[in-house]
Amino acid sequence: MHAIIDYISSYLTSDKTPGAAGNMFWVLVYIMLVFAGLSVAVIAMNWLERKILAHMQVRLGPMRVGPHGLLQPIADAIKLLLKEDIMPAEADGFVFWMAPLIVVLAAFTVFVVVPFGPTHAITDMNIGILFMLGVSSLSVLGIVMAGWASNSHYPLMGALRSSAQMVSYEIAMGLAVVSVILVTSLHGSGLYGVGGAGAGDGTLSMIGIVRAQQEQGVWFIFKFFPLGLIAFFIFAVSMVAETNRAPFDLAEAESELTAGFHTEYSGFRWSLFFLAEYSAMIAVSSIAVTLWLGGWLRPFPNLLNGDTWDQAFSFIPGITFLFFAAICFYNAVRMPKHPLFRVQTIGLFGFGVVLGLIGLALFVPAVSIRVQDIFWFAAKVSGFMYVYIWFRGTFPRYRFDQLMQLGWKVLLPMGLGVLILTAIFGLWPSIQQLIQRLI
Amino acid sequence: MPVLKNIAAIAKGMSITFMEMFQPTTVENYPDGKGPLRGARFEARFRGAHVLQRDENGLEKCVACFLCAANCPSNCIYIEAADNTAEHRVSGAERYAKVYNIDYNRCIFCGYCVEACPTDAITHGHGFELATFNASNLVYRKEQMLASRPAHMGANVVFNQADVDGGAPKEMVAGS
Repeated sequence: MHAIIDYISSYLTSDKTPGAAGNMFWVLVYIMLVFAGLSVAVIAMNWLERKILAHMQVRLGPMRVGPHGLLQPIADAIKLLLKEDIMPAEADGFVFWMAPLIVVLAAFTVFVVVPFGPTHAITDMNIGILFMLGVSSLSVLGIVMAGWASNSHYPLMGALRSSAQMVSYEIAMGLAVVSVILVTSLHGSGLYGVGGAGAGDGTLSMIGIVRAQQEQGVWFIFKFFPLGLIAFFIFAVSMVAETNRAPFDLAEAESELTAGFHTEYSGFRWSLFFLAEYSAMIAVSSIAVTLWLGGWLRPFPNLLNGDTWDQAFSFIPGITFLFFAAICFYNAVRMPKHPLFRVQTIGLFGFGVVLGLIGLALFVPAVSIRVQDIFWFAAKVSGFMYVYIWFRGTFPRYRFDQLMQLGWKVLLPMGLGVLILTAIFGLWPSIQQLIQRLI
Repeated sequence: MPVLKNIAAIAKGMSITFMEMFQPTTVENYPDGKGPLRGARFEARFRGAHVLQRDENGLEKCVACFLCAANCPSNCIYIEAADNTAEHRVSGAERYAKVYNIDYNRCIFCGYCVEACPTDAITHGHGFELATFNASNLVYRKEQMLASRPAHMGANVVFNQADVDGGAPKEMVAGS
C-alpha cells in the first residue's frame, strides 16, 4: 500500500511530464483528463460554431434546448446514439466498420505529445512534432477507407478529393514546420538574434520548441520578422485545408457531393467522424500555437516583464472565468419569467455558479501557478477555433483546381523560399566569415 | 501589388462578417419572445386568418353576395344567406350571412376574397397560430371570425334587442 502511495506521490515533485518521468499512474490520469477535456471542447465547439455562424448570418441559431440552446449538442449526441445503425447492403462491412475508428484514433492519438504546460503533457517525445504530423496524416487512410467501403459514387469522389487535398497540403505544411525546427537550433535571442555559442542542436520535441522560444525571448511568429509570419501563414492556410474545413471543404462539398466521404454513414459512426474532425482541428491548432505562438507562455513576455506583470497576468484566468460567470448570471436574470423556463433559469444560474467558483479558485496562487499554463494554451487554441468558424462564415468554397493551384503553385514555393531564407539568416555569422575568408 | 489588394479584400470580407456578428438578428425568437405575440413580428399587410368586419353601427358588413365564395380559387368559403327583418337585423343591407364558414384546410391565403368583397366585410387579420390536432377544427364559423362589436354599443342595443332578450350578453364578448 505504502509503495503504491509513494509511487503516486513521487511524481508530484518531478518537473517532467508523466510519460517522461515514467509514472504510469499519472499517465493514465492525464490521458483521462485530456480525453475528457477534448470531449468537452468538441461539445462546446459544436455549440459555439452553430451560434457564431448563426449570428454572422443574422440568425439566432439553437435557442430551444436549454438556455440559448446550450444543451443542443447533448441532445444531438443522444439523438445520434439512439439512431438506427445503418450499413449499406453493398458496402464492404469490415472496412466500413474500421474507417471511423481509424479517423478517431488518428485524431485523438496526437494529443499524447501536445504540451499544455511545461509538465502538463501526457509525454514528451524527442520526435514530438514528427509524431504529430505523422499520426494526424493517418486520418487520410480512414477517409479513403470510408469513401471506398461505402460503395457509392459521392463518398468515393469525396474521399479522392480529400486524400489529394490532404497529401498536397501536407508538403507545404511540412516545409513551414521545418523552418521552425531550423530556428530552434539557434541560441541567439530576439527578433534577428542569430547563432551564438552552442548553436547547432535543435529539437523536435514539442516542449523543447516552446522552451526554445522562451530561451530566445521571441515567439517564432516574430522571428526573422517577415519570415516567421510567412511560415505561420503557410501553416495556417494548409491546416484549414488539412482538416477539410471551409473554404477548403471540398471533400464534403454538400452542393456537389451531398456529404462527401461520410454520405453513407449515420448515427454513431457519423458522430465519430464529427468528433474526429473537431479534435483534428484542435490538434492542428495546438501545433500552430506550440510552434509559432509560444505554446503555454503568456503574451508580452518581453514588453511587460517583471514580477508585477507576472502577478497581473496570473489574475487573468480567474477574471476570465468570473466574466463568463457574470454573463451566465446576466442571462439568467433576463430569462423570461414563465414557469416553463424555471428549470432552464436555475440551470443557467447553477452553471454560472460553477464557473464563478472555478474563477475564484484560480485566484489562489498555488492553483493558478499550476494551471495558468493550460489556460494560456487553451486561450490561444480557442482563438484559432474562432478563426476556423470565422473563415467558414466568410469565404465561399474554392474550386478544386484553384485549391490545387494554391497548394502547389503558391504555398509550396513560398514554403521552400522561407526555408532557404531562414537557413541563410540562421547561418549568417558563418556565411559572413566564409565571405571574409574568400575575400 | 495584387497580393496586397487580395489581403485587403480578405480583411474587408472578414471584418464584414465580424461586424455582422454583433448586429441584431432578423430571425425572430418566436415562441419564446416577449409581448403578446411571443416574439413574432408582422408586416402590416400580412395575410392571416380572416376577420369579418362590422360597420359603424356594430352591424355586420357582410351582405351575403357570394362574391368571395365565387372568387375563391380553393373553394373553401361556404355561405348560407338569410333575409334581414325588422326584428332581427344583422347586416345593414337586405340579406346577411346566416352561415359563413372558411375551411382553413383548403384556404391558401391568396386574398382574392378580400379583393372581391364589395362591402369590405372580409379582411385578412394577423391570426397565424392555426395549427390543430384535429382537421375539423380548421373549419372556422362566422362567430369565430367576426370582429368584436364596438365596446360602447354593448350587444347592439338599437337593432338586436331580440338577441339580448334571447339571452345574448349585453357587454362585448371577446372574440365574438
